[in-house]
Amino acid sequence: MAHYVARRVLLLIPVLLAVYTITFFLFQLTPGGPWAKEKPLPRQVIAALNAKYGIDRPLSVQYVTYLTNAVTRLDLGPSYKQTSRTVTEIIAQFFPFSIVLGLTAMALALLLGIPLGIISALRHNTLMDYAAMFFAGIGVSVPTFVIGPILVYLLAVKAGLLPTGGAPTGGALVLLEPHNWKYVLMPALTLSFAPLALLARYTRAAMLEVVRMDYIRTARSKGLKERLVVHRHALKNALIPVVTVAGVLLAEILVGSFYVEFVFNWPGIGRYFVTSVSNRDYPVLMGVTLLFAGLVAVMNLIVDLAYAYLDPRIRYR
Amino acid sequence: MAQTTARTGALAAPLRVDVESRPSASLWHDAWRRLRRNRAAVTGLVFIAFLFFIAATADVLAPYPYTAQNTAIVDQAPSAAHWFGTDELGRDLLSRLMRGARISLAVGIIVQVLILLIGVPVGAIAGYFGGKVDTLLMRIVDVMYSFPDLLLVIIVMTALRAATAQPDASGPLRALASADALFGGLLGVFVSLALISWLTVARLVRGQILSLKHKEFVTAATAMGASHTRIMRVHLIPNVLAPIIVAATFGIPRAIIIEAALSFIGLGVQAPETSWGVMILSGYNALQSHPHLLFFPAAALSLTVLAYNFFGDGLRDALDPWMKR
Repeated sequence: MAHYVARRVLLLIPVLLAVYTITFFLFQLTPGGPWAKEKPLPRQVIAALNAKYGIDRPLSVQYVTYLTNAVTRLDLGPSYKQTSRTVTEIIAQFFPFSIVLGLTAMALALLLGIPLGIISALRHNTLMDYAAMFFAGIGVSVPTFVIGPILVYLLAVKAGLLPTGGAPTGGALVLLEPHNWKYVLMPALTLSFAPLALLARYTRAAMLEVVRMDYIRTARSKGLKERLVVHRHALKNALIPVVTVAGVLLAEILVGSFYVEFVFNWPGIGRYFVTSVSNRDYPVLMGVTLLFAGLVAVMNLIVDLAYAYLDPRIRYR
Repeated sequence: MAQTTARTGALAAPLRVDVESRPSASLWHDAWRRLRRNRAAVTGLVFIAFLFFIAATADVLAPYPYTAQNTAIVDQAPSAAHWFGTDELGRDLLSRLMRGARISLAVGIIVQVLILLIGVPVGAIAGYFGGKVDTLLMRIVDVMYSFPDLLLVIIVMTALRAATAQPDASGPLRALASADALFGGLLGVFVSLALISWLTVARLVRGQILSLKHKEFVTAATAMGASHTRIMRVHLIPNVLAPIIVAATFGIPRAIIIEAALSFIGLGVQAPETSWGVMILSGYNALQSHPHLLFFPAAALSLTVLAYNFFGDGLRDALDPWMKR
């Protein structure tokens, strides 16, 4: 197992390096540069800016400098737009909002999606099953940026129960105070929709697979209560393959957060990324891309390790 | 699924009689027969066909030009003159929806064609030759997989757009720029979506070819002196067509959603071209007072995606009855 863990951890390095290299050169290929504004700047100003940001140095130097700074000091360079701030500071300001939203959505998806899948598997081919799978089908087909506005219309405009968007002032930590749940609930619900549907479908399929197994029949035939059969025998084995979708779930939530933060005017890193595209703030785009790629890669690593731990057959492949 | 069980149950009894009387049929005949019986899939297919018709005839059938503004009839509710109402600039919503159908359908199809053009050869080469080529190609696929796809789309698109927006663009860049203008600024979306989505197809094809290449019919072809290209083209790829078609069908709604999403956050189609994503955004902005502006484009997008998903499900079941869940 130790050998397996070590190998998988080491594999992270080339993956992240490749992501960095691709992003770096894509931005180098982009002509115009960050200072190509509507009215051209004086040449001396451009030279000074280039010197400040180090883009007057040879490519190979830039490539290595950024990498060493990022790895050793978590320094992702200065932002082109907010010239007095570093990308790391910007991420530190906006990312916590995204984390709160993402974790709440993840929790909602797990707490609702898995039971939904189990119930529809146990009530296979009943009205309950059809209703649950119809709901899951909608969750998979209707995109986040349609569900969000619909929820806003129903819960905020019509019912007036929740604010239409925005977040309380005073930093992301304020969100953890109980009275601020109103701000978090609707965006988190919207964000949880797709992963919830995915989890429900996946759990149902895994559960249906397991209940056909011989050991379930054995458990039943030796007279165990249905509840015990489900909890102790079926569920444990059904949830192992469900673990593998955790990486997909995280990716769903990361990508979904872009639209959700946009719809709900949420001060997270996804919305900031979108504005950075129009501002051509390449360092921010690069920093956020590396951050997200790192998150997905680490999540996939955790999934692989958890899977190997839960199902020993994997390790020997 | 009750239907499924009932159907297999019904088939089981008269099977022996059936085998003799049934005319021989190819995989495609069989698949078509099964597909026709699937009500959801047929509904999806009919809806998609209807959309293609709308998109193709949008210029002729649309009641108004999609860009025609009229400040006298801003934000109107549906009426006899404007079936779906008008938007914040007094443009006819139905005409704009019809125009938007064109973008959505084009994105779905063009992206899939690009994906197949990259994914099938890469997967086939990796699977057929194996060894170092396989390891290298699959490492590339692994690395690309860990890229959050939306970010890569946005980055590639930003780079491409900046490159084509150069006033002094020349040669290939100029050609790219005019192609981009032709698609309403969506060329970047096409290319970047294809660049990140071929991975799944490549993996799929590779897996299928790996399992086929040691079969007797391939050995026979090799023994008769067929070249590698011929074996791949004539013997292997046709045998993996079914799963490729299914994957491509499921890929279409994905591409449609991503285009709409990018347009929604303002990074997709550029005005005056319109798309359902753009319309969903302006509907969202008018949500408090004119919810119909959100309803129609949102419904169009969701129904299209649903139709493709239903059709894809049916196609999968029809082409591969043993895979049925």
